[in-house]
Amino acid sequence: MTGLLKIDGLGVRRGERHVLRGLSLAVQRGEIVALMGASGVGKTTALRAVAALQSFDAGRIEVDGFALTPGPVPGQSQLGTLRRRVGLVFQAHALFEHLSARDNVTLALRHVLGKTDAESRSVAERLLQSLEVGTRADALPRQLSGGEAQRVAIARALALDPPLLLLDEPTAALDPERRESLGQVLRSLVKDASRGLLVATHDEAFARAHTDRVVKLN
Amino acid sequence: MRVLFLFWVALQGPVLFWGGDAEGGAPFVEADPADASKVRGFDVEVAAVIAHGLGRRAQFVQVQWSSIDQSVERGDFAIGMSGMEDTPARRARHAVTVPYFEFREVLAVRPEDAGRWRRLSDLRGRRVATLGATMAYDLLLAAKDSFGVIAVSYDDDVHPYSDLMTGRVDAVLLDHIIAKRRSALHFVIQPQAVATGHYVGVLAQADSVLRDSVNSVLIAAMRDGTLEQIYKRWEVWDASQEDVFRRIIGGGEARGVMRGETVSVGAYLPSLARAAVITLLLSFLSMGIAVVVGLALASARVYGRAPLRILATVYVEVVRGTPLLLQLFVIYYGLAGVVRLPAFLAAILALALNYAAYEAEIYRGALEAVAPAQLEAARTLGFSEAQILKLIRGPQAFRYALAPMTNDFVALLKDSSLVSVITVVELTKQTAIYATNVGSWIVPGLLCAAVYLAMSLPLARLARRFERRWSVV
Repeated sequence: MTGLLKIDGLGVRRGERHVLRGLSLAVQRGEIVALMGASGVGKTTALRAVAALQSFDAGRIEVDGFALTPGPVPGQSQLGTLRRRVGLVFQAHALFEHLSARDNVTLALRHVLGKTDAESRSVAERLLQSLEVGTRADALPRQLSGGEAQRVAIARALALDPPLLLLDEPTAALDPERRESLGQVLRSLVKDASRGLLVATHDEAFARAHTDRVVKLN
Repeated sequence: MRVLFLFWVALQGPVLFWGGDAEGGAPFVEADPADASKVRGFDVEVAAVIAHGLGRRAQFVQVQWSSIDQSVERGDFAIGMSGMEDTPARRARHAVTVPYFEFREVLAVRPEDAGRWRRLSDLRGRRVATLGATMAYDLLLAAKDSFGVIAVSYDDDVHPYSDLMTGRVDAVLLDHIIAKRRSALHFVIQPQAVATGHYVGVLAQADSVLRDSVNSVLIAAMRDGTLEQIYKRWEVWDASQEDVFRRIIGGGEARGVMRGETVSVGAYLPSLARAAVITLLLSFLSMGIAVVVGLALASARVYGRAPLRILATVYVEVVRGTPLLLQLFVIYYGLAGVVRLPAFLAAILALALNYAAYEAEIYRGALEAVAPAQLEAARTLGFSEAQILKLIRGPQAFRYALAPMTNDFVALLKDSSLVSVITVVELTKQTAIYATNVGSWIVPGLLCAAVYLAMSLPLARLARRFERRWSVV
């Protein structure tokens, strides 16, 4: 396993209040790490800082050699490299409401990577099938169940093939059977050791059963 | 299109454009019962005599009566003639012709009041109606100071008399030929005139040479009896006209009264259809421009730097905070010194720029209604901000904006009726002219409402269908 994500002393303040203080962790390729803690402890904030969606006040983040430092979030044009190295699956999925499941996956392939429609479609079909939602490719987000929407969201985050995948509370809306199935999906994503996963969750049983390591936030 | 029009005009020979308001009705100017696209009336015939005397062909230009002075100065036509009163103010600002008709300001009262309200001084504390911006209105304002009369201003000369008979006002002061035209309502016209005045032709101040030629033609028509024949035909000839003519040329004769004929619905339909097309053209073209300008304004407010945001905000607030009517006047008359926009273009511009402010607010609200998580998800995938607007935020916002946009379009369809104040004859104006002609709003009003509904209901249905199909939740 080789180093993929390194967080050193991450601190985020909102006014005078510390939302997150002194978080340090590392994720290696081929590894699934659980970031655990009660609600409001800063798990989502940590993921958002790694995905450069919000600024942080202290510490350092390094994703596969791309460093983020305290201060305002850099402009989108300066984050191209990071965007290809980090994928984020939102807790509420945030699928593009006006597009089908397939188009949610192909959009970045066509407009960010510049692939042709046929290439993009082929990649999307493969990803959706591997996540067992291939038959739902034409469905709009509002027509998908919670579990299906989550898998489409994972497929979308994997479209650019980022080595690091962040998942925010992926079990929040899943029944036990679906949680087990999700665990298997996550394991399959790291099986060739090219990718690492950081999963923010408060589900201790899931973390124990399906991740390699747990980092607790207090 | 304009080249073709000019070519057509050239083929017809030299033209004298003259302006009047067919909504004023008979005996001045009214829609011809035989062909509602043409006009008739004694002013129409006097204009024809003037044109003929100048070796030209008369071409009528419809203009709101209260706007004739401004329109003649901006060059919409050479001469305004629609019961235009000879006043010192008008003489100071324009080139006016010799008087060609003498009118009397007469007091109309309900029959039961005929014995007690004979003159203005009898009407202390009473409501007396008239047309705004007329000599009669000025008389009432003066009577307010001297006799305590309450002046009530109207935009037309129909409602003062109907309101008199329903008791909303106690008397009406207007020109004797207007009062006689409405005498079917059975009010009493007091025999003693409150004042006398004269109708004149109004030309632009710079057109004094043309005015002198018009005067020569008018005097010749007074001398050879042409005007007398016209006035007799329209039953407005009386001894006072003889005196006016004598004063002006030194000779003359006398008598009369006239009422407008009704136009059948069938004769009115082609004009209605033409006016409906004008309304649709105005609405679609204005909305098209409003959407483009609105998008630019909304983008400036959502994405622009502070100075641009402030500029866009000021535009939106100023335009939304002032009446469309005022904006129409400013664009058409106010800018006439800088650029003389054709009326139709000015109407489109005013409607478009006004509605752009409302569209901008709809689009801004719609853009801000797109969930932030949608934008963040797009950012994590590496889209640029421009791509996010084009591919994600814009399409989603469009769905939110569609229903209010359709509502706005229906509102614009109806607001387009305001442009009649700058001489564009659209559906409502055409209806008003017809209503004046028949002396009732019932049939014209129902027809007009039916046409508006026929245009707006399909739009409302279309919007509901889009809403259902593109629902985002």
